[in-house]
Amino acid sequence: MLYREAGDFKTTYAADGQTFPIAFDRWRYYGVLAVAFGVVPFLINDYWANAVFVPFLIYAIAAIGLNILTGYCGQVSLGTGGFMAVGAYACYKLMTAFPEVSILVHIVLAGGITAGVGLLFGIPSLRIKGFYLAVATLAAQFFLVWLFNKVPWFYNYSASGQISAPERTFLGVAVTGAATPAWAKYLVCLVFVVALAWVARNLTRGALGRQWMAIRDMDIAAEIIGVNPLRAKLAAFAISSFYVGIAGALLFAVYLGAVEVGEAFGINKAFLVLFMIIIGGLGSIFGSFAGAAFLVLLPVLLKNVLVGGLGWSTSLAAHIELMIVGALIVLFLIVEPHGLAQLWRLAKEKLRLWPFPH
Amino acid sequence: MTGQVQPAAAEAAGGDRRIGPVVMEMKNITLRFGGVTAIRDISFDIREGEIRAIIGPNGAGKSSMLNVISGFYRPQEGEVWFRGQRRPRLKPYQVARQGIARTFQNIALFEGMSVLDNIMTGRLTLMRSTILDQALWWGRAEREEVAHREKVEKIIDFLEIQHVRKTPVGRLPYGLKKRVELARALAAEPRILLLDEPMAGMNVEEKEDMCRFVLDVNDEFGTTIVLIEHDMGVVMDLSDRVVVMDYGRKIADGPPAEVRRDQAVIDAYLGVPHDG
Ligand SMILES: Nc1ncnc2c1ncn2[C@@H]1O[C@H](COP(=O)(O)OP(=O)(O)O)[C@@H](O)[C@H]1O
Ligand SMILES: [Mg+2]
Repeated sequence: MLYREAGDFKTTYAADGQTFPIAFDRWRYYGVLAVAFGVVPFLINDYWANAVFVPFLIYAIAAIGLNILTGYCGQVSLGTGGFMAVGAYACYKLMTAFPEVSILVHIVLAGGITAGVGLLFGIPSLRIKGFYLAVATLAAQFFLVWLFNKVPWFYNYSASGQISAPERTFLGVAVTGAATPAWAKYLVCLVFVVALAWVARNLTRGALGRQWMAIRDMDIAAEIIGVNPLRAKLAAFAISSFYVGIAGALLFAVYLGAVEVGEAFGINKAFLVLFMIIIGGLGSIFGSFAGAAFLVLLPVLLKNVLVGGLGWSTSLAAHIELMIVGALIVLFLIVEPHGLAQLWRLAKEKLRLWPFPH
Repeated sequence: MTGQVQPAAAEAAGGDRRIGPVVMEMKNITLRFGGVTAIRDISFDIREGEIRAIIGPNGAGKSSMLNVISGFYRPQEGEVWFRGQRRPRLKPYQVARQGIARTFQNIALFEGMSVLDNIMTGRLTLMRSTILDQALWWGRAEREEVAHREKVEKIIDFLEIQHVRKTPVGRLPYGLKKRVELARALAAEPRILLLDEPMAGMNVEEKEDMCRFVLDVNDEFGTTIVLIEHDMGVVMDLSDRVVVMDYGRKIADGPPAEVRRDQAVIDAYLGVPHDG
């Protein structure tokens, strides 16, 4: 009975509403934070940063963003790639137009610009729902990618049509550009993840989060209890896009360094992030992390085991990855729509009773 | 004129001190769906603090009338007067913010959320913290959350649902769901509470509980209640005045004892064939 809530009584409603009501969970959370900030930066090298940690952190932000819109507010979006592109291109334009301003400010501003664009594309959601909304966001995805390809102003008329991040420093350390040390990439992403996850948790446990969930569960009843659907949905689109935009900016500026829009932010990316929240858990911040970790780690793992260990060809490993992901999506959608987060909750419930079965 | 106390009418409503002036008045409401006329030129008023029942056979247009009051349906003809003023066209959420809450004939809870969260949604119209407050969870957001939680806990105690506080609503049995829905409506601290068949499908014991809750709400909080109910016995016990509807028409209006003796009402309930 290591994991338990017995004896952990709540005497105030504030304590009952906190993020980790069980003391053990809270300590584990602080432990993870301490390791993430105090240990990992000293051990991390280029391989671990580029293959695992940095993409995991960036996709976690995108997944939280999409989860706010889809998991909490119930509005399906297939436009995540396009909105990440908005964040990336906004960041690029800002970086090159105002080189003296801090890159961190640019990343946040890029999120803000994406929020505005998301708001715009969210307007149809007031009229159309479900499948038709998904199609509309899909149209946004293709339109945005097309736009960034076709209008040379967005890529500063570069001959290749690509954008590439110039070197920018923070406190004298490069955080973008080729000379960026692994630990700096990691720390920048980590700071954004921690801050954004904390804000997302606050938003989803309060009044706005309840409005979103009310709309998700029954929009008519939500309106009758006093939720203004226009405001609540547009807030979800804007805030979600803010997250996705920051993820796009980080992916471009900190992680990839140079991108071609169709390749980095195509429809595949929209599906990847959607799969992350389905596998991780709709309507769960923790699930967003779990899904991002899973889909970032799976290919690394398969590559190491199948290609490195068993000597299979890379393309075969890639096919197997697709098959596994596909099967898991179907499985989760049918068996456990709340994803890994729910499995984790169930496991904890079992653990709470262990070693007694009832 | 409707905003003033009318002693003569209060007398007619039983001389009850609970009951105040007219708070809402429906004037010549007509509501059509394509060729179907769900409500045909109906007028009646609702007094502050009373329990106003609407009864009538299935399909009489009772739920449609509640939907007109809560702004969900827009009548083709007629006016709704609220607190002495003609109500403009309002969206349902705007009506909610004027202090009108309701429950549904077919339960409309948020199945993915816990009982507590469902009831907390009832207080959304009373919350004032901004998105920024909530995002940073400082000062106002947290204070507000705790203050509203305290109010909600009182309602949970009042309706005797402490034991399911954290249960996802989807897992509750039907009778409890109805109670949670009432709790959500009460959480809004409404001036007018609209209840659409709150006792439908309940067993005798659950019905008795629900009757007790409705009376207590009316008594303790002075909430005006508009109640749709099939069970004549329940209506006779609970309500101060009754509107009887049949085929979209109002066929009687008055205190229950009077309405019960009305020939048109007896015919409607015994199923005397209609002409036309
Ligand atoms: N949304 C709607 N669309 C079409 N017809 C409706 C709608 N709502 C109600 N009606 C019709 O209006 C009439 C009255 O229905 P309703 O108000 O639900 O009756 P009651 O609640 O008294 O049983 C019925 O004939 C019903 O079919
Ligand atoms: Mg009805």
